[in-house]
Amino acid sequence: MRVEQIAVFLENKSGRLAEITRILAENEINIRALSVADTADFGILRLIVDKVDAAKESLQAGGFTVGKTDVIAVEVPDRTGGLASVLDTANDAQLNVEYMYAFVNKSGENAVLIFRFDRMDQAISVLQEKGFVLLSGEEICAL
Amino acid sequence: MIWVEEVESLPRPGLESIQLKRLQLQVQRVYETVAPYRSKMDAAGVKPADIRSLADLKYLPYNTKDDLRDNYPFGLFTVPMEEVIRVHASSGTTGQPTVVGYTEADIKLWASVMSRALAMAGVTRGDMVHNAYGYGLFTGGLGAHYGIEALGATVIPVSGGNSKRQITIMRDFGSSVLLSTPSYALNLAEAMADVGVSPEELKLRVGIHGAEPWSESMREEVERKLGIKAVDIYGLSEIIGPGVAMECLHTDRGMHILEDHFLPEIVDPDTLEPLPYGEVGELVFTTLTKEAFPLIRYRTKDISRLIAEPCACGRTLVRMEKVMGRTDDMLIIRGVNVFPSQLEHVLVGIEGVEPHYQLEVNREGNLDTMSVLVEVSEHIFSDEIRVLEGLTKRIQSDVKDILGVTCKVKLVEPRSITRSEGKAQRVIDNRKL
Ligand SMILES: [Zn+2]
Repeated sequence: MRVEQIAVFLENKSGRLAEITRILAENEINIRALSVADTADFGILRLIVDKVDAAKESLQAGGFTVGKTDVIAVEVPDRTGGLASVLDTANDAQLNVEYMYAFVNKSGENAVLIFRFDRMDQAISVLQEKGFVLLSGEEICAL
Repeated sequence: MIWVEEVESLPRPGLESIQLKRLQLQVQRVYETVAPYRSKMDAAGVKPADIRSLADLKYLPYNTKDDLRDNYPFGLFTVPMEEVIRVHASSGTTGQPTVVGYTEADIKLWASVMSRALAMAGVTRGDMVHNAYGYGLFTGGLGAHYGIEALGATVIPVSGGNSKRQITIMRDFGSSVLLSTPSYALNLAEAMADVGVSPEELKLRVGIHGAEPWSESMREEVERKLGIKAVDIYGLSEIIGPGVAMECLHTDRGMHILEDHFLPEIVDPDTLEPLPYGEVGELVFTTLTKEAFPLIRYRTKDISRLIAEPCACGRTLVRMEKVMGRTDDMLIIRGVNVFPSQLEHVLVGIEGVEPHYQLEVNREGNLDTMSVLVEVSEHIFSDEIRVLEGLTKRIQSDVKDILGVTCKVKLVEPRSITRSEGKAQRVIDNRKL
């Protein structure tokens, strides 16, 4: 159960993030989740959107460097220990987290954790074995 | 005769003793017959008899394009005009053209070195050689022409222009070798697509390209689009024209210099000190056997390096690396000579990095700083910070290794590097010196 994520290269200069959201809005693409990782010199914007290919194409047309990666979306109850339980499982299985971010769904009951692990296939089977709820791209967009 | 084996595979001491004898005669001759050479040597306090070894070359004064212009048109010729059977001239993009002359022996010499160069690329009797270098005052067309004939191959003297007709000729005549500038080769490839002729319909096997700078990525493009092996040839009209150095089929690194006739040196373009083999600097040539218009220590302004390691083909002739740029483009950063094209070599060497880069030089306090801006293409982009930081570190350490200068690497968005008329501006020097 993998979810497609798009990643955009950002120089650390003002207005770039606004430009991206403007392009996506113009193309009627909804952002479900977003995170920015940055260093002193550059940043990487990661996005979960409803129309992945359309988002990639419109951003490329807008002059951005865009990549597509698979991530895992884990739905956990939005209460203490939700994240810790996933991380403990990953740790036990010696999986490394390359990065993660989270968002809370509209009802506010559950949180969705987005993970990129070093070994994705193994991560999926370990998490499923432990009974975690993994969401598909469509399920995220339907939230 | 495939190649002049005796000369081209001589052990170095044998070759060097030939070079020394020829050099001594040449220096003697120019001193006796050309007033400007004599006065320059007298001013430098050096006499022909002072040249006792090849290393003594360093005592002789340099010559540049300015010397040619000052003596325009025939002032540096060593023979009376009755003995000159041909002249050529460079276009002279700035100011006066430079004029060169050839005796009958010079024309034979040129045909000989050019035929040896062709042989290095595997051209033989029986080949149909499509010579698309321009015929005329430019040395390319006629220089190659006589070499092809001397080799005994068939020359098609098609010259430049009318690409569509050229393709028909290539197809109908069965051209197996193409001689042209690299950009004209790409032009022909495009025209082929236009007239609907595919590379498979042609017998082309090898392309010999020179007379303008070209990169490894351009070579790859020519090879792919024309379905040929593309090799590099070097020459300049002041030295003789095409046929000074040529890539053999056994290496992608460097062109064999026809050293028994053209003596190469690499010098620091700033201090003018000769540099050892392997170091990057300005290429300087002395013609050892030319009669009408010999040149002593001619500064080409071309940046290269000499490769002394033996070549798989068996030739002992030293190789010169593909010209990396011109001395006019040189930057001095913290006392180190840096050529923007060296940076391109570094970046091309890192997989996936397209050479969309810019070099920015600043002065902070009394210290020069160099930044390399690299556009992030989809090939090198990653959604992980760690990977991109690894890339900048790799570029940084390769630049340090090869250029000898510490730099800061900045990844930038595509198309953010200044371009003028479609060409990226490679260097921004903000130092106020
Ligand atoms: Zn060789």
